[in-house]
Amino acid sequence: MQWEVVIGLEVHAQLSTQSKIFSTASTAFGAAPNTQTAVVDIALPGALPVMNKSAVEKAIRFGLAIGADINKKSVFARKNYFYPDLPKGYQISQFELPVVEHGAITIRVEPPKGEAYDKVVNLTRAHLEEDAGKSLHEDFHGMTGIDLNRAGTPLLEIVSEPDMRSAAEAVAYAKALHSIVTWIGICDGNMQEGSFRCDANVSVRPVGQKEFGTRREIKNLNSFKFLEQAINYEVRWQIDQIEDGHKIVQATVLFDPDTGETRMMRTKEDAHDYRYFPDPDLPPLMINDAWIERVKGEMPELPAAMQARFQSQYGIPAYDAATLTASKALAAYYEATVAAGADAKLASNWIMGEISAQLNREEKSIAECPVEAERLALMIKRIADSTINNKSAKDVLRWMWESPKTADELIAEHGLKQETDTGAIEAMIDGVLAANAAMVEEFKSGKEKAFNALVGQCMKAAKGKAPPAVVNEILRKKLG
Amino acid sequence: MSLTIDDVRRIAKLARIAVTDDELAATQQQLNRIFGLIEEMRAVDTTGIEPMAHAQDVMLRLREDMATAPDRRAEWQAVAPAVENGLYLVPKVIE
Amino acid sequence: MLNKTLKQLAAQLAAKEISAVELATEYLARIDALNPQLNALISVDREKTLAEAQAVDAARAAGQAGALAGVPLVHKDIFCQQGWKTSCGSKMLDNFISPYDAHVVEQCRKAGLVTLGRANMDEFAMGSSNENSFYGPVKNPWDLNAVPGGSSGGSAAAVAARLAPVATGTDTGGSIRQPAAFCGITGIKPTYGVVSRFGMIAYASSLDQGGPLAQTAEDCALLLNVMAGFDERDSTSLQRDKEDYTRDLAAPLSGLKIGLPKEYFAEGLAADVAKAIDAAIAEYRKLGAEVVEISLPNTKLAIPSYYVIAPAEASSNLSRFDGVRYGHRAAEYSGLADMYEQTRAEGFGWEVKRRILTGTYVLSHGYYDAYYLQAQKIRRIIADDFQKAFAQCDVIMGPVTPNTAWNLGEKNADPVAMYLEDIYTLGVNLAGLPGMSVPVGFGSNDRPVGLQIIGNYFSEAKMLNVAHRFQQVTDWHTRAPAL
Repeated sequence: MQWEVVIGLEVHAQLSTQSKIFSTASTAFGAAPNTQTAVVDIALPGALPVMNKSAVEKAIRFGLAIGADINKKSVFARKNYFYPDLPKGYQISQFELPVVEHGAITIRVEPPKGEAYDKVVNLTRAHLEEDAGKSLHEDFHGMTGIDLNRAGTPLLEIVSEPDMRSAAEAVAYAKALHSIVTWIGICDGNMQEGSFRCDANVSVRPVGQKEFGTRREIKNLNSFKFLEQAINYEVRWQIDQIEDGHKIVQATVLFDPDTGETRMMRTKEDAHDYRYFPDPDLPPLMINDAWIERVKGEMPELPAAMQARFQSQYGIPAYDAATLTASKALAAYYEATVAAGADAKLASNWIMGEISAQLNREEKSIAECPVEAERLALMIKRIADSTINNKSAKDVLRWMWESPKTADELIAEHGLKQETDTGAIEAMIDGVLAANAAMVEEFKSGKEKAFNALVGQCMKAAKGKAPPAVVNEILRKKLG
Repeated sequence: MSLTIDDVRRIAKLARIAVTDDELAATQQQLNRIFGLIEEMRAVDTTGIEPMAHAQDVMLRLREDMATAPDRRAEWQAVAPAVENGLYLVPKVIE
Repeated sequence: MLNKTLKQLAAQLAAKEISAVELATEYLARIDALNPQLNALISVDREKTLAEAQAVDAARAAGQAGALAGVPLVHKDIFCQQGWKTSCGSKMLDNFISPYDAHVVEQCRKAGLVTLGRANMDEFAMGSSNENSFYGPVKNPWDLNAVPGGSSGGSAAAVAARLAPVATGTDTGGSIRQPAAFCGITGIKPTYGVVSRFGMIAYASSLDQGGPLAQTAEDCALLLNVMAGFDERDSTSLQRDKEDYTRDLAAPLSGLKIGLPKEYFAEGLAADVAKAIDAAIAEYRKLGAEVVEISLPNTKLAIPSYYVIAPAEASSNLSRFDGVRYGHRAAEYSGLADMYEQTRAEGFGWEVKRRILTGTYVLSHGYYDAYYLQAQKIRRIIADDFQKAFAQCDVIMGPVTPNTAWNLGEKNADPVAMYLEDIYTLGVNLAGLPGMSVPVGFGSNDRPVGLQIIGNYFSEAKMLNVAHRFQQVTDWHTRAPAL
């Protein structure tokens, strides 16, 4: 039987605010345990929540970025359950009326086999809620330690429709979402620190069947690699179960990166009854048009719009535009390079090629690139005006990487300047032709290969300092 | 309607309150007295009436995003049942 | 001295006729003498009290004392007070020394009020008789066999017995007004949002409101001036200009329109209570007020609506008492789930458990619409009824309770019997309106009767004026029990 995979993702993005969603305690990562807790974060009796404006503003930003509806009125609700890292015994979240609904993003999927393609993934909603604390299981005489520093960190829970049909699509979606939230500056995207975590709802159904299969939810996947591995494992497991005649039972599962397998946490039968109800401590959140307009005015240009602009403004191919807009910093670097006078296509080639490769080797981000856009631009100008050729340019770039010198300084220092006096080049070529009469004869009798050999001789004679195009042109003319 | 013994067990579990077998019957009986009182409300026609969750019709006040709370861990943990290395200790959490 | 009002004491302190330390010492002596039989206070800490009083005396000597500085009071044990045990009447918090102050406590401290102790109360403010306290029942100073009312029973008994001139309290379904009525004193529950709930241990967050209990309406106004005020740490605290609640005390009542809801005088109201209320209304006519009959047709529905909403909110509010970060933790348990269950079974009394279980049920899957949502819709109907009534009158009057204080133990077997006694007070909380209780006489058993005055939103100054004028021409509020 042919199976179709159905995946929906719930992503928890920590909003990069200074203080917590309902208290003035800091959200900074890595502090000593329980040192960043205000009364509400440890749920002292009588403590009350007060909403952080910046968290709301970041949710509005997200809504605008994905073309979603931003609800004028949304409601905070209590999700009740007992857990030691949940100090109040309830999580303040949004249930019936979330702050953001609908919207969609276009993803570029690169499947393991076959052509890359674009796909639209629809979003159901995004709502504001508070993060829980952390349970530390290392042994305290058989006890668990609770750190509530993370409790109350603002989260935006972003819920997709079950629109994805493969692990590759799920990963592409997660990456696109990651790119958006970091692009618009609402989340630092640090997956190791848990700033961006994915839950995947996975089910399978026979191809052609309308109804969804029974889903299982894989919790807390904190890398794209684990997301992909977990979904692939889960899909195989579900298909095997069904083909062996078993039924899938709705359940929550955990992915174990060590074994590469998912394992059951709880089934629907022992699922929580969360007893959601509107939080009486928090009146409804109201967002007016003026606020939305103001946030709109402060929104950065989004990747899709920027891609289109790069193609039209700089005349670069779609592939280049997409690559250069992978991050805001990379796009800014590219634009600064062009603005400093570099040819747009050459700049694209160098940034996507040598610069990216070197950064990758050094595991650095574009922000840490030692060659500033201005210096790169000058180097590219020197290629365009034939001062240096591509091969020398690679050397120049390597030296620029290690020193603050400019391309001009390095060209002079290393004597790389190409011969641009055509008279001198003609004289040099005449010499080469005279010394290689046999080759000239071969060429004239129709052997095109001989031309290339002559070019090689000329370049050798010029010690690499004559522009190949000029050499070519003069040589052709002389051989008539 | 009335609550069964199983209902009482279920909600006691949800509320994390141990109710012994001896206490179950009396609890069930008292809760059913309370629900008897509540029941008369259910027949009221409330079509088209908006539920009232708050005593005042106000909107949420928002706070500027500033991390000003000092570290008061020592004071908070002075009243804690069990702490070690700044962590609250609980019986092992098994996931 | 101890029969004096807050206003009189403040004047004597200001005139330096008595020091804060001397005054506190006198009250502490009376507490020592009478509290063992009344059980009105859970905690007394002589050293702390005298230290506070000394600080006020020093401030006064330096010319930095406010108008009420040095007047002693007791705080209901529901307001977190740094360094004081804040038990909320529960075993769960028997070992809880609060590390922070409630807004109300801060305000009182700033005003220089001196804490005499912490008042007994029904556990987590759940109850109408003060018999649900882990620390044992409070006795009614008028009759030691009678309950003082609840949940602010310790506050009311303390003021009635002159253990303190004034006290703070909270009112979720009548918890200031009913004990004030049972103990023959004056108390006011302000409009929801006037007094900050920050640091006030939550029972039912959308209904809870702090307020003062005192001998007189004038003292209530003075203490409310201290307690009320915007607090950014409570998202339901209302941003309004600071009011002086004494500003209209003396205004004449001629032309005042009093609405008498016929449902508050219907079957169920005891004859002796009705008689005292009628006499008070007659007094108001003499003061120039006009009386109109009004209707609050859904009065009866306040009981089921309240006993769904309050337990629902409570079931969630009390989840934080889990033995992890503070408070009681069971000594013996097998694993985490059992630690929770044993801790909460041991830490909570049965009335609290019943309300948590009720609230858990009404919010649970499949019952939410039928119970919780329906109760909230009825809440809206009840609030709307009040607004229709206020189109016809300035204030609403009626009894606080159908009966005077009952005997200790009388209504313990059946929780519902006690719930029914809340019928006249619950609607005010559901609507978020201000309500007060004023002593207007005694029932056939010589136990006090309270007149309830209900005003529209933010009409506290008017209500206090209405009560004050009555107290200018009557002496019920000056009567003190013989102890």
